[in-house]
Amino acid sequence: MTYQSTWFLLIAVLWIGYFILEGFDFGVGILLPFVSKNEADRRAVLTTLGPVWDGNEVWLLVAGGATFAAFPEWYATLFSGFYLPLFLILVSLIVRGVAFEYRSKYGKAQWRQRWDVAIFISSLVPALLWGVAFANIVRGVPLERAASGSIEYTGGFFNLLNPYALLGGVVTLTVFITHGAVFLSLKTAGSIRDRAQVIVKLSGLVAAVATVSFLLWTNLSLPEIKPVVLALSVAVALFWVTGMAMNFIRREGWAFIFSALTILTFVTTLFTALYPRVMPSSLGAQFDLTITNASSTDYTLKVMTFVAVVMTPIVLVYQGWTYWVFRKRVSASQIVNPERGVLDQVSHSLHQ
Amino acid sequence: MNSLDLARWQFAITTVYHFLFVPITIGMAFLVAGLHTAWYRTAKLKYLRATKFFGKLFLINFAIGVVTGIVQEFQFGMNWSSYSRFVGDIFGAPLAIEGLLAFFLESTFLGLWIFGWDRLPKKLHLATIWIAATGTLLSAYFILAANAWMQHPVGYIYNEVKNRAELVDFKAVLTQNTAVATFFHTIPSAAFTGAAFMAGISAWLIIKKKDIEMARGTLKLGLITMLVSIVFVSVSGDITARIMTEQQPMKMAAAEALYDTTESAPFSLLTIGTLDGSRSVFQIDIPSALSFMSTGNFNGVVEGVNDLEAKYDQEFGPGDYTPNIPLAYWSFRLMIGFGFLGSLFALLALWQMRRGGTPHGRWFAPAMISLPFIPLLANSFGWIFTETARQPWAVFGLIKTEDGISQVVSAGAVLFTMIVFTLLYGILAFIEVGLILRVIEIGPTEELDYEDPELGGSDQQKLVMSY
Repeated sequence: MTYQSTWFLLIAVLWIGYFILEGFDFGVGILLPFVSKNEADRRAVLTTLGPVWDGNEVWLLVAGGATFAAFPEWYATLFSGFYLPLFLILVSLIVRGVAFEYRSKYGKAQWRQRWDVAIFISSLVPALLWGVAFANIVRGVPLERAASGSIEYTGGFFNLLNPYALLGGVVTLTVFITHGAVFLSLKTAGSIRDRAQVIVKLSGLVAAVATVSFLLWTNLSLPEIKPVVLALSVAVALFWVTGMAMNFIRREGWAFIFSALTILTFVTTLFTALYPRVMPSSLGAQFDLTITNASSTDYTLKVMTFVAVVMTPIVLVYQGWTYWVFRKRVSASQIVNPERGVLDQVSHSLHQ
Repeated sequence: MNSLDLARWQFAITTVYHFLFVPITIGMAFLVAGLHTAWYRTAKLKYLRATKFFGKLFLINFAIGVVTGIVQEFQFGMNWSSYSRFVGDIFGAPLAIEGLLAFFLESTFLGLWIFGWDRLPKKLHLATIWIAATGTLLSAYFILAANAWMQHPVGYIYNEVKNRAELVDFKAVLTQNTAVATFFHTIPSAAFTGAAFMAGISAWLIIKKKDIEMARGTLKLGLITMLVSIVFVSVSGDITARIMTEQQPMKMAAAEALYDTTESAPFSLLTIGTLDGSRSVFQIDIPSALSFMSTGNFNGVVEGVNDLEAKYDQEFGPGDYTPNIPLAYWSFRLMIGFGFLGSLFALLALWQMRRGGTPHGRWFAPAMISLPFIPLLANSFGWIFTETARQPWAVFGLIKTEDGISQVVSAGAVLFTMIVFTLLYGILAFIEVGLILRVIEIGPTEELDYEDPELGGSDQQKLVMSY
């Protein structure tokens, strides 16, 4: 395998990690108003994310950094081309991170309601837009060779809002909502868990319809049918159905494993459909960005491969360990004084 | 303003803002880790209160540092895509490695620290904050190495066909003297900043008579850390200045508004130049000090702006190679000036604390309340200096800033995103300061030594930490 293929694979792995992990973060954020009936519920729901959301988001930073390092032309064309959607994602991620950290610090109802609205919107927007962005990449966007010699995106913003891409957005949105609900049913106890299981059944159905239509469309619009892509698409559907069945018989651990497998296979399907292109052009194959014409030198890729091979297993071990440490279910009854701010939590201040 | 100016303003705003939070995070991570260790070793509850109190402040600050950091990584591609194409082969690697090596450590182990109080054995829990703190150092090293490469590119060849710089020696990029000196200048500055934050807030607690037992200790810790770190900041600053004179003589000449090449050059305390900035009209100087600063020899020759301009015209073709001199001149002085002002306050307060005294006098309250802000100003001016005085280059001698912007992004789009970021950042700063004031208002809270994982086990256990 060439270094370029290796890095194509590694970047796919990073996006898979990101979507599996922050996917349920997004889902939980969107579901916050729907699975909780009172303040203790909301605090319990957010506590399931508390120790892990930031680590989950780092997958995105590493995916972005790795794309910059391994395929600078891809990074440059994509980030300058998909300017406004990425900007909206950035704003959402900023608001969302601060909202998680600040929301419960203070007890005032209005303060918390506003942050809850912020969490809902800032989880929904990226969950939708990542799908729109990836569907556009797979579909191909107007790329042309500029006077400078570089291949640049020439499509503008509204070009990105085509039906196929919007369907892609609905897929990630509904899959992440379902994945988040599965996560909550695994990580909470009591009524939140029950409500989450009902949501899985509803949103899981919508997600199934959206995903199957999207994958059908994807397979049909490829220049020629790729058997691997087709097989992967079928696997996506099978994993999803299995996950839903596991939820139905209340085997939450298995349901989560299968919804994670669905995301893994879905992202794999998209990257397989792309390979060896990283950003196909809708204006002709001569403008395609591929793993060859977008990549860094072999020397850079070699250095990076060394670091990735050494570090990735270590990261997986300690990140996995975090999930083990916080494996217990969180229930609303465990939250001490839910209405009070975390900052004011402990009995009384020391005045001298 | 055209899209170049707008993109530069956006970079300046988002980066200066981000770097308000970064040094506080680095400095406070180690200070809080130290307090936590003190509690672990002595079991004195005042250390636990201090750990929790400053831990809260640290986390409120860390949150904004994290989220504004995402913008940093994305905006190279968004606003500076031509730059990204040119440098990606070299510049991308430290960024990616920073994420893989440092960001995962920081985020994961801070999560473990925050939520691990009743979940982890004491010793392991203590280790998590130290690991997170180490993560901040690693992060700083890789990003500073990337920046140092922009100041002084090494370990690369220029590929004419692809019009880009290509990496040939990664070790050279990571270990060149510019990177090492910058690291040892930035990290003590971060310690200085975190310590000033701790000292200022502790002093405020003392003024408000809240938990004086704890606050005296943390005030002293902050002040001593400030004074120790300023020594390192000065020494590494001196080394950095010499490296800079050698590698980017124009930057040093601009910092001094030294227009003509001079032997035994003086360090100017004040310069008034002509409006076009081509020569100075009036100066107050310290004789030979500049020559010493930049060459280590009182009789050393320091090259002037005009001669360097002529030399660069020869070397790189006709053009304007002179940075904004008043900006370089003043930002350089303000960096140093604020650093010394902060140290002066620290020295005074520490002097009054000897033999168990409490700092007093009318200067104390205003000085201590401004203390956390002083290093922030010094840091910001330092970066403004080192980045603007490198202009017109993005990477010195290789690619100009004006050649780095995205070709497909309109000025309107950059303006729009700049306005939104600025407003959003403004609101976040307002909220953050509000929360910090609230934490101070409540003061350190009584803490029980409940950290015992043996108590954990049942699902019905109350959660010590929750969101």
